[in-house]
Amino acid sequence: MHAIEKILANKSGKDKVETGEIVNAKIDLAEVNDLYLQVIKSFREMGGKKVWDRDKVSFVFDHYSPAPTLKAADNHKQMREFCKEQGIGKLFDINKGICHQVLPEAGLVYPGMILAATDSHTTTHGAFGAFGTGVGATDLASILISGELWFKVPEIIKIEINGKLKPGVMAKDIILNILGELGQDAAVYKAVEFSGSTVKEMDIDERMVLCNMSVEMGAKTSYIEPDEKTYDFLKDRIDVEYDPIFSDKDYEYDEVYEFDVDELTPQTAKPHSIDNIAPVAKVKEEKVDQIFIGTCTGGRLNDLKIAAEIIKGHKVADGVRLLVIPASDEVYQKALDGGYLDIFLKSGATISNPGCGPCLGAHQGVLASGESCLSTSSRNFPGRMGSTEAKIYSVSPAIAAISAIKGRLEKAEEGDPDGNN
Amino acid sequence: MEIIKGRAFKFGDNVDTDQIYPGRFLDISEHSAIAEHAMEGIDPDFTEKIAEGDIIVAGNNFGCGSSREHAVITLKEAGISAVIASSFARIFYRNAINLGLPVIEIKDMEVKEKKELTIDINNSKIINDSGEEYNFIPFPEQILEILESGGIINYYKNNLEG
Repeated sequence: MHAIEKILANKSGKDKVETGEIVNAKIDLAEVNDLYLQVIKSFREMGGKKVWDRDKVSFVFDHYSPAPTLKAADNHKQMREFCKEQGIGKLFDINKGICHQVLPEAGLVYPGMILAATDSHTTTHGAFGAFGTGVGATDLASILISGELWFKVPEIIKIEINGKLKPGVMAKDIILNILGELGQDAAVYKAVEFSGSTVKEMDIDERMVLCNMSVEMGAKTSYIEPDEKTYDFLKDRIDVEYDPIFSDKDYEYDEVYEFDVDELTPQTAKPHSIDNIAPVAKVKEEKVDQIFIGTCTGGRLNDLKIAAEIIKGHKVADGVRLLVIPASDEVYQKALDGGYLDIFLKSGATISNPGCGPCLGAHQGVLASGESCLSTSSRNFPGRMGSTEAKIYSVSPAIAAISAIKGRLEKAEEGDPDGNN
Repeated sequence: MEIIKGRAFKFGDNVDTDQIYPGRFLDISEHSAIAEHAMEGIDPDFTEKIAEGDIIVAGNNFGCGSSREHAVITLKEAGISAVIASSFARIFYRNAINLGLPVIEIKDMEVKEKKELTIDINNSKIINDSGEEYNFIPFPEQILEILESGGIINYYKNNLEG
């Protein structure tokens, strides 16, 4: 069996599961973000009185933090009241950040667990060998009542990534390249495993980018085999016993794809779909109005570090707005300690509090009609960040930083990855 | 389930949840208000064009993107009776079943814009305005019961009472 199948089997009390089988699996952590007051409404409508296990439920306020509208403020209020009523201690209020960063940092994500959350990017947690999957409000409400959810055991795709990345090329470029090759429906209903020498070399921050964006291929969940880097990340955070789950050597994948990244150059997803991929060097964009470094895809410490190193000593180009939003309070603190925020501030950037920010067009940098934005986020659908007449290019933090200095979508000069020519 | 009849409104591949229900309206939680923004990201006049019972027909990967349940609520509350697509993004598919909106996977069907379609869920077939029949894979019994109950909330209620 594959590790993903073993996790589903363990959690549904079975020795073995097969592709296509429907299982009822026990959920180790159910997380609700602040878009989903509907979870509480559905919970009540279903006749819910008490959540099945208050220690396995978490609320994270990230999409609308701090509340930009009266409705959002009221949603937060009702959620706080629900947590109080139910004795839910794992409420991460507006001061914490994005759920997919906050939960691992809080030691709530570990290999072999099942995490269901009201956010499609819950696939991110595959970077820890966990089964993370996004669900809607009603599914989440039914978990709050029963502690279980039905799953169809998915077909599993292996994406093997080998080779050594050139300086200035990031995990974001790899996953954009994969999306361009395979398309945004390549993994619908399926699960994706990332493996290979490049993934082994990657730190947790970069592994999270691959797993995060597997949902842009439609993936149900993703998986990277846990190793020393995983355990290192977890060791000072986790206070539960966990068993990493590994796949059997003879497991037969539904599909296998191999990518050699030795020669990979920075990539971008052009408007208006995430599989509309081109090398940055081949894209001519006449103007850029806004550049956004942040989100559960591109707002981690490694992202801010790389961007700050490029921007150091430079000013953001005239006519460009650079927004920087750390993914969590921990990232914020470390970026402060590392001097990165100082670099951004001196360059003329706008730094906002941890959260999802303008990624979903809710607040903190919404785009006007006719504007063009480079974003380290994972989605460039029409209207995603505001006007449907705005253009979004999804890029790596390195490209976002170089472009912020140049005032246009730009790759580093050959042999000068920092773009300081 | 009762036979569904409605006019077809056609869309292409990869219609995402930001097109179905733009993110800037996600703080709304009243269903009647959510209904006002159905498909606004792809066709701002959509809710004025459709009548109760109309049907969305789309290509691959309908409902991709975010997990927002608003995307299903908005279609259902706006009067859409079913969505037919070549394939669906999985979270949208689950949400639709959970809320009692029939979602039917079928490829290569001849459909004309605004012409009537008839969906016979119990016999898993669709008939277009020329009388051509297309079969789809039948829903499992439990899914059919959820759809018949109008969603999983009522399904739970019915089963708990029973």
